[in-house]
Amino acid sequence: MEERKELKVNAIENGTVIDHIPAQNVFQVIHMLSLNECENQILFGTNLDSKKYGKKGLIKVNNRYFDHDTVNKIALVAPTATLIEIKNYKVIDKKNIVIPDHVSKFVKCVNPNCITNHEDVITKFTVIDKKDVKLQCRYCEKTTAKDNFTFI
Amino acid sequence: MKNRSLVSISDYTIDEQLKILKLAAEFEKNPRQKILEKYVVASLFFEPSTRTRLSFESAASQLSAKIIGFSEAGSSSVSKGETLKDTILTVSNYSDIIVMRHPHEGSAKYADEVAPIPIINAGDGAHQHPTQTLLDMYSITKTQGRLDSLNIAFVGDLKYGRTVHSLVMALCQFNTTFHLVSPTELKLPSYVKQHIKDKNLAYHQYTEMNEVIPQVNILYMTRIQKERFSDPIEYERVKDAYILRLSMLTNAKENMKVLHPLPRVNEIDEDVDSSPQAYYFQQARNGVFVRMALLASILGVI
Ligand SMILES: [Zn+2]
Repeated sequence: MEERKELKVNAIENGTVIDHIPAQNVFQVIHMLSLNECENQILFGTNLDSKKYGKKGLIKVNNRYFDHDTVNKIALVAPTATLIEIKNYKVIDKKNIVIPDHVSKFVKCVNPNCITNHEDVITKFTVIDKKDVKLQCRYCEKTTAKDNFTFI
Repeated sequence: MKNRSLVSISDYTIDEQLKILKLAAEFEKNPRQKILEKYVVASLFFEPSTRTRLSFESAASQLSAKIIGFSEAGSSSVSKGETLKDTILTVSNYSDIIVMRHPHEGSAKYADEVAPIPIINAGDGAHQHPTQTLLDMYSITKTQGRLDSLNIAFVGDLKYGRTVHSLVMALCQFNTTFHLVSPTELKLPSYVKQHIKDKNLAYHQYTEMNEVIPQVNILYMTRIQKERFSDPIEYERVKDAYILRLSMLTNAKENMKVLHPLPRVNEIDEDVDSSPQAYYFQQARNGVFVRMALLASILGVI
């Protein structure tokens, strides 16, 4: 019976496994990667036991690989995540997610008076603190901290 | 500085800032010159600021530039819902440089990204107002003969004052000793103080200004607004401590000057106006020369 529990999880032939997502952020990651609009077979789980993090989330996407930029954007909500690429049931690549130096598009600026919240301007930030994930707006220069992230 | 926008004071190096101040002094000696005759300056004030607008338009007029634009968003296509981008791109077809004032922070930076012509930021929300900083620097160097190693006091609302933050940051390049006088609730934000510390400069904080006045070369006054206080009773209690009166200037240095970004409400008593220390009206006048220097430099005629 132990094996049955793992069955679905291992049944990915080609695709990507995103592991070690903080349990509370799984839905955020799904949204950021637009997986809600993806027609491929997707498996996800949350509040799974993790030796390293207590509870974790996990997403498996069949027949899909993600480019560098797409992957790094989830660093904002899941800096601990690992990405495993699978082909023919074999792990072909395993990568850690890197918090990028710059973030564009996905996050709103915390400053309600910022031009990006009033005109159709793509937000652009410099990551000024990678540990606590703090973003400085290119336009108003205000800092948006992790707790204030609103995703676009 | 040809074709270089001025969105934030840090867009220009210290040398470039000093060059503008030097040029402003030249314009002060000889303000009427037809050097911008062939140029069109767009003056886009998405929110009204009569003082700043008139100062820019006077600077442009004295150099014979043509001026187009609007003095508030209501009288322009903006009120019909045009985006900032479209306004900037359209106006870029009609002019050589855009001076803009806008209520939203970061608007000037954004305009600079979309515009094919240079932008001068005349204030973007609570963010930046670099020409004010330059005219303050000009006023200081003109009255003190230097910018280096001065004792400068800032009085009033040091927490919300954009003018104060920018000027403090700029003065950190010149070995300034800062004297910060404010109600406890309106102290200079810690990120600005950190900037002072990073430059290994000294600052002293006070809640009243009497002991500061004899020590300083410049007394920079600002307005304290009632709505900045969480407790209105606290405002009533402290407000009089931040009003400068003539009698308080008895022990001031002879060459000390009182600056204020204007408009004032009541924080400088009118009896100060006649004192040799009063400098705020000349300070406003200096703004015209600094703006001449900027227009001429950015348009590349100098
Ligand atoms: Zn912003």
